[in-house]
Amino acid sequence: MTGAEIAFVIIGLVAVVGALRVVTARNVVRAALYLVVTLSAVAGVYLLLSAEFVAWVQILIYVGAIVILFLFGLMLTKAPIGREALDNQRRGVAFLVGLAILAGLVYLIQGAFDWDAARIEPFEGSVAAVGSSIFSRFVLPFEVISFLLLAALIGAIVLSRKEDRP
Amino acid sequence: MIRLPLVLFLSATLFSIGVYGVLARRNAVLVLMSIELMLNAVNINLVAFGAALHDLTGQVFALFVITVAAAEVGIGLAIVILIYRNRETINVDEVNLLKW
Amino acid sequence: MVAAESAESIVEAIQDPSWFLRYSWLIAFLPAVAAAFTFFVGKRTPGKGSVYGISALAAALVMSLGVLWTFVGGERGFYEASIPWFQIGQLHMEVGVYVDGLTAVMLVVVTSISLCVHIYSLGYMKGDVRYTWFYVVISLFTSAMLVVVLANNLFQLLVGWEVMGVCSYLLIGHWWEDPVNSGSAIKAFITTRVGDVPFMFGIFVLVFITGFTTSNIPKISEIVSSGGASVALVSAAALLLFGGSIGKSAQFPLHVWLPDAMAGPTPVSALIHAATMVAAGVYLVGRLFIVFLDADPIVLQIVAIVAGITMLGAALMAFTQDDIKRVLAYSTISQLAYMIAGMSMGPAGRTGAFFHLFTHAFFKALLFLGSGAVIHAVHSNNMSEMGGLRRRLPITFWTFLIGSLALSGVPPLAGFWSKDELLVVAEHEGHPVLFVVLLVTALLTAFYMTRAVLMTFYGEYRGHGEPHEAPRSMTGVLVALASVTVVAGFVGSPQLGAVFGDWVYFRELEEALFVPWVAVLSTLAALGGILIGYGLYRDYQARDPLRSLGGAYTLVANKFYIDDFYWKGIVRPIRDDVSSGVYWNDRHVIDGVVNGTAAFTKVLARGVNWFDEHVIDGAVNGLANIAGFTGGLLRYIQSGNVQRYAVFLFTGIVVLAVIFTKI
Repeated sequence: MTGAEIAFVIIGLVAVVGALRVVTARNVVRAALYLVVTLSAVAGVYLLLSAEFVAWVQILIYVGAIVILFLFGLMLTKAPIGREALDNQRRGVAFLVGLAILAGLVYLIQGAFDWDAARIEPFEGSVAAVGSSIFSRFVLPFEVISFLLLAALIGAIVLSRKEDRP
Repeated sequence: MIRLPLVLFLSATLFSIGVYGVLARRNAVLVLMSIELMLNAVNINLVAFGAALHDLTGQVFALFVITVAAAEVGIGLAIVILIYRNRETINVDEVNLLKW
Repeated sequence: MVAAESAESIVEAIQDPSWFLRYSWLIAFLPAVAAAFTFFVGKRTPGKGSVYGISALAAALVMSLGVLWTFVGGERGFYEASIPWFQIGQLHMEVGVYVDGLTAVMLVVVTSISLCVHIYSLGYMKGDVRYTWFYVVISLFTSAMLVVVLANNLFQLLVGWEVMGVCSYLLIGHWWEDPVNSGSAIKAFITTRVGDVPFMFGIFVLVFITGFTTSNIPKISEIVSSGGASVALVSAAALLLFGGSIGKSAQFPLHVWLPDAMAGPTPVSALIHAATMVAAGVYLVGRLFIVFLDADPIVLQIVAIVAGITMLGAALMAFTQDDIKRVLAYSTISQLAYMIAGMSMGPAGRTGAFFHLFTHAFFKALLFLGSGAVIHAVHSNNMSEMGGLRRRLPITFWTFLIGSLALSGVPPLAGFWSKDELLVVAEHEGHPVLFVVLLVTALLTAFYMTRAVLMTFYGEYRGHGEPHEAPRSMTGVLVALASVTVVAGFVGSPQLGAVFGDWVYFRELEEALFVPWVAVLSTLAALGGILIGYGLYRDYQARDPLRSLGGAYTLVANKFYIDDFYWKGIVRPIRDDVSSGVYWNDRHVIDGVVNGTAAFTKVLARGVNWFDEHVIDGAVNGLANIAGFTGGLLRYIQSGNVQRYAVFLFTGIVVLAVIFTKI
């Protein structure tokens, strides 16, 4: 149990708790805020995993933009407050399904990796290296992603437009 | 020096919670939030494996996923707002025109 | 005429036959042609078709006289000609003619009487609803009778016999609108049919005797006379043949049809039921006489008994009749019995019988036609509605009187000679019983004829209306027949050589005999009958004096209840019970089977239909319903709720993941 590991466990717990609160909060705004907590924790995890750029992008995009979008969405749709308003009847089933997925995944991970042998060593990761990787090896996916963003942009505008045809 | 399975456990947990949220929440926006949780879990997986293998590919992919998630949330919310406009509600239980 | 002195058998074929003999078949053929002509174009011919029959009959009469002339000239043999028709196995069927003296006499009788009737009907049937058809049938009938007379083989004879029966039926029922007439026609036909069955079997026996090779009459006679058949067979054949005679000649017990046959038009009664058809039975016995002669003697005794019973019974029944035609009908039955009785007395009697047939034909036809003139005048058959017609119908009266005197046997008219001859034969051949019966019947005959004459022509007219004399076509015939009646007897009178015996004989010529005391006796019998009749009916007004005989009268008036017995005992049970039984069987059993099959098929069809509807369609529909049902269940999966779909999705993922990693 190294220091990194301890830090990781703490941040991990924060993330998990935040996630739990996201899915169980009775107040939508509080759910959104707890999402912020979780996403920030995830950014912390990235830092521990030598992915500084990804952590920074995470904060920038996720917390900075996406959550704002969520808040706008909540605001525009006047989401109601309360347990019955936010959770549906199949909570039990959903819990079981979630549990089953967790169990399955844990089981697989258990079988796949030796507990002590698999370790993550920190390594030198720089933004430059990431950038050059994107623009050399993954330039095509990069272009496609930009296309995707363009399409999403236009699509969102089209969808949100009010019908003003006579 | 973090043990890989530990990270993977975190990822699995976040993913499961996300699944629960997708299935259990009534508000469409909250469902989208749960989906974001799931995507983040996947990202953690990618980055963890990238770090374990000393390969930057994991990070690059995580970037791409973040971008796609952003696009998806944009469109998703646009659709939600449209639904709200047409049906005065974004309770996913009430959007069931495809019901028998 | 009695047993021969010259003993040569003179039955030999004629050498160099005359033209008349060679074309003798035309005599039967011409009337048939006339019938066909009348049938097809009669209605369009002026005179409505009577001309064909009259001209054909006239020609036939001339030819018959020509044929007779051959034998008058002393010819003794016979002429036979035939063409083969077809052959079944060994049996040869032929069509041919056999002409000897007997044939010649019969030809003349038939053609002359038929011609008289054809001419007489011009007046009597004038305006009748079926005038042309009448002429068709009497011409056809004449042709059939001539076929019988000319036939050289039994099957051909049978053909003519049956056609005569049919024509008789058609003519009796000429006015069939009245069911009495059609009923009488059926009675006549069926009763003669009853006699025809044994007749046919008699033919079969005779053909059997020839070994099934032929029905040729001379050949059969040859075989029988040369002893080629057992006495038993020959006797059986004779009795069976006699059955046909009983039917056709209306002897007891098949006499019942002849009185009812008077329902037909009077010319028909004259032609068929007096002179010709009923004589066919006598002719049959005479033609096949060898069969009767060579049979067991009991056969001829039976014949004599039948004749005797018929003779007396019919004469008695003639007393009680009010209908003038019925008197004559019973008289005919009685006179036919005379002839049959003659036949039973051997070859001499045969000649006498045919002589009587010859004379009887003329005066009986005369009497019938005369009664027709009376009926034509008063429009009634019943003598109780007649009377005093002597002055109003003079020609009819005198001719009728001549006829009845002849029938009574008063010399020198025809009837006397023929009756006398039969009496002589009876006396000479040793048949005492028959002699007495013949004599008594002669007396009775004279009696009832006197009764008839007195009731009809004397006294006061008891009817309504204005009787007047008949037209010349009718009275002319009456006069002609009366003339013949006066002279016809002389061909058989011994004093004048009895030439009739030269024409009709059996194997050997007979010698004519005249026995004075017999002649006196028969004359006395006749005069006695006339006197009794005169005494009883001289003052006839309304009530028949015979009624005072009470029960005896009733018995005879009801024809000894024979008709009733036939009707109740035979006809009604068969007609009603048997036929209704057969009808019930047809309706219920046979139709039942048919309908039952149909009903069964219907049930079966219904069952099949049910099967088709419920099982087969059920299976098909069931499959469709299962598909629908399953779909109906499965649709509930579609909840429209995305999260529910997601539940299934994730559950599936987990399961699949586990499976795939475990494999």
